[in-house]
Amino acid sequence: MEISQNEFLHLYYYLRLTRALEERVATLYRQGRIVGGVYTSHGMEAISVGYASALQTEDIIAPFHRDMGAFLVRGITPGEVLAQYLGKRTGPTKGKDGNVHMGDLKRGIFAFVSHLADNLPVATGAALAFKIRGESRIVATNTGDGGTSRGDFHEALNFASVLRLPVVFFCNNNQYAYSTPLHHQMAIKDVVERAKAYAIPGEIVDGNDVASVYLTAKRAFQRARAGEGPTFIECKTMRMHGHSEHDSAKYVPRELLEEWKKKDPILKAERMLKESGYADESDFHETKMKVDKEIEAGLEFAEHSPLPEGPEALEGVFAANHIEVLI
Amino acid sequence: MTTSTIAHDVTYLEAISQALDEEMSQDERVFLMGEDIGPYGGAFRVTEGFQQRYGQWKVLDTPLSESGIVGAAIGAAMMGMRPVVEMQFADFISCAFDQITEMAAKNHYRWGAEVPLVIRAPYGGGTHGGPFHSICPEAWFFHTPGLKLVAPSTAYDAKGLLKAAIRDPNPVIYFEHKFLYRRIKDILPIEDFIVPIGEAEIKRTGRDLSIITYGAMVHVALEAAETLDQEGIDMEVVDLRTLSPLDTGTLKDSVRKTGKVIILHEDTKTGGIGGEIAAILAEECFNALDAPIMRIAAPDIPVPYSPPLEEFFLPKTNDVIIAARQLAAY
Ligand SMILES: Cc1ncc(C[n+]2csc(CCOP(=O)(O)OP(=O)(O)O)c2C)c(N)n1
Repeated sequence: MEISQNEFLHLYYYLRLTRALEERVATLYRQGRIVGGVYTSHGMEAISVGYASALQTEDIIAPFHRDMGAFLVRGITPGEVLAQYLGKRTGPTKGKDGNVHMGDLKRGIFAFVSHLADNLPVATGAALAFKIRGESRIVATNTGDGGTSRGDFHEALNFASVLRLPVVFFCNNNQYAYSTPLHHQMAIKDVVERAKAYAIPGEIVDGNDVASVYLTAKRAFQRARAGEGPTFIECKTMRMHGHSEHDSAKYVPRELLEEWKKKDPILKAERMLKESGYADESDFHETKMKVDKEIEAGLEFAEHSPLPEGPEALEGVFAANHIEVLI
Repeated sequence: MTTSTIAHDVTYLEAISQALDEEMSQDERVFLMGEDIGPYGGAFRVTEGFQQRYGQWKVLDTPLSESGIVGAAIGAAMMGMRPVVEMQFADFISCAFDQITEMAAKNHYRWGAEVPLVIRAPYGGGTHGGPFHSICPEAWFFHTPGLKLVAPSTAYDAKGLLKAAIRDPNPVIYFEHKFLYRRIKDILPIEDFIVPIGEAEIKRTGRDLSIITYGAMVHVALEAAETLDQEGIDMEVVDLRTLSPLDTGTLKDSVRKTGKVIILHEDTKTGGIGGEIAAILAEECFNALDAPIMRIAAPDIPVPYSPPLEEFFLPKTNDVIIAARQLAAY
């Protein structure tokens, strides 16, 4: 095994935490307690958990809307996430934005905007700053398969490649963009083909295998840190829920979901942990209990947090002082 | 059977579907393009069942490429087609910005090429969409010569304006307010009708002051007018319906009659359409004014998500009532 017990247990813990948190979020949505949209990474947790875990503290992520695991790995707490969803003042955006549209420079997270692929040129720009300053920091960013149809995706890849910037592009290829299947999105079979046009080395990984994502990410991050430029990593997976929790996703063939259910990233991780002798059922149970407790505590925090008051909406349009945030 | 043969209460959303359906069935050149509009029927289900009826080339699901969609629509329009494209949310129209402002808007002026294109833009707040699913982006395009902008407030206008937009030889951005989709209804005529582009409408006549508005805010104004009526203040509600080109005649007539005016919009205040209307009225109706022109609009911030913040952001009936009382006191 190329991956140590500690590393794997860390990955497993975050898979569980992400799953449990998003399940709770989906429940809150169904109960009408979350009023905005809810987009989960159910069944795709291995991608964001895997790549974020392979980073160093001083690195930056520019995640997209199915990267809950990355937020958690970078230190956003379940309580903060729930506060964000519930529109509370204690969420990372203080109620100004919802769902996973949250960021924190202190924890190296750029906030996502809905406009898909807008995060990629910005990720590239962070890498540019590191290159100019001669720092060994790198940037990881992610997009869906649908997002790769936007011009900003292509501009970012080209820009990063021409300047050999330390940025690694991930693509969560979950076969659908809302109701649009992959073959209506692109005429190529693998998204990774897109990287060729920009002379960016590309790799395909099993996006449901957290160890593969982690190890592939690690290698790409090393390349980037060594000044060898960007890598593109296509993570094959499947969107197991609707586009958002309001969508029943009738357009997705049931058999396809059944097939992918067997490849669930948590089941897969548990199998590997057992085979390697790293953990057994009782460890899994313990992790689950621990995670559930954390979610409960998080919900307690979020529910007891105050909503912002109306006039707080006016705060923060402009920066007042220069704050030295970077590590 | 098309839905248009039924004369019953029709929602704002159904009115939009009916307009598309009728124009498609009577004009072969009309086709629809957008993300998830085919089998799925669009994020708001405006085109539900359309692909079955008209086929995949008339109801075209596209890749996730707003600039590509609008650019392709412009090209097809110049070749004699009549594309109607859907932005999944108006917010994403920014991804197609230069195709709209540089290509669509300037082609006819520069070299005489007509661009009969309609862009449907589901816009507006009140639905907890947050900063990227709530905006009112009309002012970006209001500033661009060569574009027509319409923003219906009723099901009747929604249908009539969309049909007029599709028949218009120019690029038209059709702002459909998401909050109104299923909240308001009208009984619509069975016969074919349009609402001409460029005509405002008095939605309520009044003597004491005028309020000029559009979109969802028309309903806020009408509600305020009811309360004010009980206080003896008779407010005229002018619905712009077309934002560009503005029907300045109707606005001026109303203000000359009442001598007092509030301009109300959901878009943020600075650089909003209200500023231009205020300037026109100041330039051309100064002598008729008995009080300062008042504007009510959202504050100059992004649209926030959390309910108390969004509630604070949106202009409310009470804001209108307070402003109207102040004006009435002059
Ligand atoms: C520019 C832009 N257009 C449309 C949308 C609406 N929208 C949100 S998510 C989505 C599908 C995204 O698909 P993909 O990139 O594959 O990511 P997934 O949601 O499948 O993970 C769409 C069309 C958007 N957010 N941004």
